Amino acid sequence: MTNAAVTSATTDWLAQATETIRAANAQARSLEITGSGSKAFYGHAVLADQQLSTLGYAGIVDYDPTELVVVVRSGTRIADLEKTLAGAHQMLAFEPPRFGGNGTVGGMMATGLSGPRRMTAGAAKDFVLGMTVLDSLATPMRYGGTVMKNVAGYDLSRLHTGALGTLGLIVDVSLKVLPTPPAEETICFSVTAEESIQWANAWLGQPLPISATSWANGQLAVRLSGAVAAVTSACEKLGGQKMSVDQAQTFWASLRDQHDDFFQVSLTSPKALWRVALPSVTPHLAALGERQWIEWAGACRWVRTDLPAAEVRRIAQAHGGHATLFRRSVNDVSLTEDVFTALSTSIHKVHQRIKQELDPNRIFNPGRLYADL
Amino acid sequence: MNAPRELTLGELRFADFTQPMDPSRRTAVIDALSRVLPAENILSSPEALKPYECDGLAGYRQVPAVVVLPTQEHEVVAILKVAHAHDVPVVARGAGTGLSGGATPHRGGIVLSLARFNKILSIDPVARIARVQPGVRNAAISEAAAPHQLYYAPDPSSQIACSIGGNVAENSGGVHCLKYGLTVHNVLRVRGITIEGEVLELGSEALDVPGFDLLSVLIGSEGMLAVVTEITVKLVPKPQLAKVIMASFDDVEKSGHAVADLIAAGIIPAGLEMMDQKTTRAVEEFVHAGYDLNAAAILLCESDGTPEEVAEEIERMKAVLSKSGATDLRVSQTEEERLRFWSGRKNAFPAAGRVAADYYCMDGTIPRRRLGEMLKAIAEMEKKYDLGCMNVFHAGDGNLHPLILFDAANPGEFHRAELFGAEILERCVEFGGTVTGEHGVGIEKINSMCVQFSPEERMSFFAVKRAFDPVGLLNPGKAIPTLSRCAEYGKMHIHRGALKFPELPRF
Repeated sequence: MTNAAVTSATTDWLAQATETIRAANAQARSLEITGSGSKAFYGHAVLADQQLSTLGYAGIVDYDPTELVVVVRSGTRIADLEKTLAGAHQMLAFEPPRFGGNGTVGGMMATGLSGPRRMTAGAAKDFVLGMTVLDSLATPMRYGGTVMKNVAGYDLSRLHTGALGTLGLIVDVSLKVLPTPPAEETICFSVTAEESIQWANAWLGQPLPISATSWANGQLAVRLSGAVAAVTSACEKLGGQKMSVDQAQTFWASLRDQHDDFFQVSLTSPKALWRVALPSVTPHLAALGERQWIEWAGACRWVRTDLPAAEVRRIAQAHGGHATLFRRSVNDVSLTEDVFTALSTSIHKVHQRIKQELDPNRIFNPGRLYADL
Repeated sequence: MNAPRELTLGELRFADFTQPMDPSRRTAVIDALSRVLPAENILSSPEALKPYECDGLAGYRQVPAVVVLPTQEHEVVAILKVAHAHDVPVVARGAGTGLSGGATPHRGGIVLSLARFNKILSIDPVARIARVQPGVRNAAISEAAAPHQLYYAPDPSSQIACSIGGNVAENSGGVHCLKYGLTVHNVLRVRGITIEGEVLELGSEALDVPGFDLLSVLIGSEGMLAVVTEITVKLVPKPQLAKVIMASFDDVEKSGHAVADLIAAGIIPAGLEMMDQKTTRAVEEFVHAGYDLNAAAILLCESDGTPEEVAEEIERMKAVLSKSGATDLRVSQTEEERLRFWSGRKNAFPAAGRVAADYYCMDGTIPRRRLGEMLKAIAEMEKKYDLGCMNVFHAGDGNLHPLILFDAANPGEFHRAELFGAEILERCVEFGGTVTGEHGVGIEKINSMCVQFSPEERMSFFAVKRAFDPVGLLNPGKAIPTLSRCAEYGKMHIHRGALKFPELPRF
C-alpha cells in the first residue's frame, strides 16, 4: 500500500486554498482553478480576479491494489499516477487524455474527458468512487468513499466530474482502477467510414474483447484486450492486419493524447477541431466534411472543419447528438461561439439553480462552461 | 453512535408521514386529479389504497390519501402539476420491492404508481440499447433482448419482480456488478418530469451530454428529484459460457483473504460471493444446493466469457484459491449445477426466516481487505449481544448483508438486535465504508446518514434537491435527514411473515 504522508507542504496548501476561497467568497471575487494548464484550451477562457493552482497539492494518499481503489490528490500528474498503478499491473481504464504529458488528476476530473477505452470500459465518471471538494465556504465536502458500492446520499462526486470546476474545488478523488489486460492486439482493416461504423457496431454486439476502435484515412483499427485465449480467438475470427506491439502503442497514444497532426490546430492549420458525440449507429456524416477521425464505434467523431458552428450543431443535434468546439485557432472566427451545445430550457434551469445553490457568488471558474454558470 | 430508539411495528418515525390530509382538501385534490385522469386510474377507497401502504420494508405502513395509476406521460405531468398546485407530497412507486422504504407513502400524500408504464418501447440490437418504460420488470428487459444474444447486466436478486424505474431510483446492484457495474453504469438516458411538470431529458443515446452530469445525480436519488417516465438502457452481449467455483474454507478469515488474493492476481470475477457456515446450513435445508456444510465459509466465484476464456480463468482462479487455503474446490459442470450453486445464495433471506422468528438485514460496504476482520468482529458481537448472525456477503464488492437473528417475542431481544446492527454499521463507517451499499437509505437508514455525512454535506444534498424540486414535494422525508432528525436512529425490522413477496429471492 502506498501512503503519501500529510506533509507541511500539503497542509499549507490546504490552509492557503481555504483562505483564498473564503476571502474570494466574502468579497464575491472570482477564482480560476488551474493545474498544469494542459487542458486550458478546453472550454471558455475564465476572466477571473485570481488564480488558484492545485499543483501544490500532489501525491497518492492511499493505494491498495487488492481494493482496486486509489485515492489521489488533485495536483498529482496523471502520468505519475499511471506509473504507480502500472507497478501493480493496474490502470485507469477510461484512458484519460494526457495531452502535453503534464495533465493533473484535478483537470482529469474537472473535464471528465476519457480516451479510446471509454467505449467499452466506461468514462471518467464511471470510475469515480468518491471525492473531496472544497465548497464556496471552503468547507471540505466528502462524497462517496473508497468502496465499490455506495448508495448513501446523492452522487455528487459525479456531479463535479466534468463540471469544469464551476461548482467547487476538487482536492482529492478516489477512483476504481482495473487490472491491465493480460493480452492486447490491434487489427486493421481498409474500409470506408460508413463500413467502419457498421462493422464496429456489429462486432460490439458479440462477445468479443474489443476495447477500442478508430477509423481515419480509410483504416479501421480495432483493439482487443483481455484474456490470452479470448484475444487470440477474436483475432482469428476477425482477421485483418495485425499491428506490432510498438506500432499499436504509439498509434493509440497518438489518438488518446491527440499527438497526431490531425488534432493540431494552429495559425497554419486553422480549421477548428470539433468533437461530435452521437449515438454510435449514426451513419457517416459526410456533410461534416472530409477530415474526420471516428472513435468509439461512431459515438465520438473528431472533425476538422470551418463550417459555421450553428451548422455543425444542427447536424449533430438532428442525429441525437451534440458538438463541442474542442480546439480552435487564436484567430478563428469561432472564438465568439459557445464551446458547448446550448442546453434545453428545463435542463438549463436546473443548471442555473445548482450553480446558485452551490456557488451563489459565482466564485468558481465563472463562464468556463456556459456564460451564466 | 447512539442506540436506536425502540419502535413499535407500524409506527412511522416522522410526524409528516403520518399527518392525514384534511377531508375537504382531499376532495379537492381528488377532484383536480379526476379532471386529468380517467376515473379508473384513481384509487381512493380504503380497500383500494391498502395494498400501497408499504413497500418491501413492511414494518412501516401508511395508507396514502390517494393512488394514481397514469398510463401516459402527459398524465404524469398533469398529476405533478396538481400536486404542486395543492402542495401535496408525491411518492413514485414501481413494483414496491424496495427494502429501505423508499416508496413508503405519506398519509397525506399521493402515491404515483408507474405500474402501467410497462412497455418495452424498442430494442435496437445494433445500437445495443433498449428503450423502456419505468414499470418494466428488470428481468423482462433481458428476456426481450435474449433473441439478439444480448441482455441487461444489473441483476438485483429481486429481478423477476422489481421494476427498472425502481432500479434507477435506488441505483440497484446485483451479484455481477463487480464486473458489469451498477445501474448507473448501464443506463444511458432517462426522461423525467419535475414537480413543476417540466420534462427533463437526462443523458443521451450518445455517450455524453453537454453540461453537468445530471443523469448520475438522478440515478440513486430515490425518487426525490423527478418522476421517471422513460429509460434507455445499455444491452451487452451474453457471455457464451459461465462457470462457478465453490471453494470451501476452514476459517472465515482465510476466505476473506482469498477474496483479496483473487483481485491482487488481476482477476475480476463475474461474481464473487461469500456465505458463512450458519448460512450454508440454513439454506441447504431449504434449497439442497449441495454446499459443503463442514466448511466455516464458502466462496462462490464465477467466470464468464468464451469457452477458452472461461477455461483459462477458472484455472487461474483455482490456483489462487488453493494457495489461499481452500480445503475443497468444486467447479460447476453444467448450467443446472451452476444455477443450483447460486440458488442458495439467492435464497439466504427466506432461509433466515425459517431458522429464526425475526431478523435484521444490514447492508454496509467495507474495503475488501477488512472482510476477515469484520467477520471476526461480528463473531464477537454475537457473543456480546447473545444473538446469532448469518453472514452473506457480495465479497467481491465488500458489500455485507449480515442477517441478525432474534425473536421479538423474547423481551429485550429486539433492542439487542438493534444495538448489534448499529455496531456493525458503525464499524463499516470506521473501516472506511458506507451504511448502505445497494438497498438505499429510504426511511430505514435515514438516521445512519447522520453518522456518515457531516451537517454541511447533508445540506449540500438538500441544495441539489432544491435545484430540481424547490418546493420539496417529491418523496419528502426520505434518504437525507434534516438536522433535527439526526437525533434518531432505527433499523429495518422484519417480523416473520411481514416481508412482502416472501417468495422472492433477495440480495
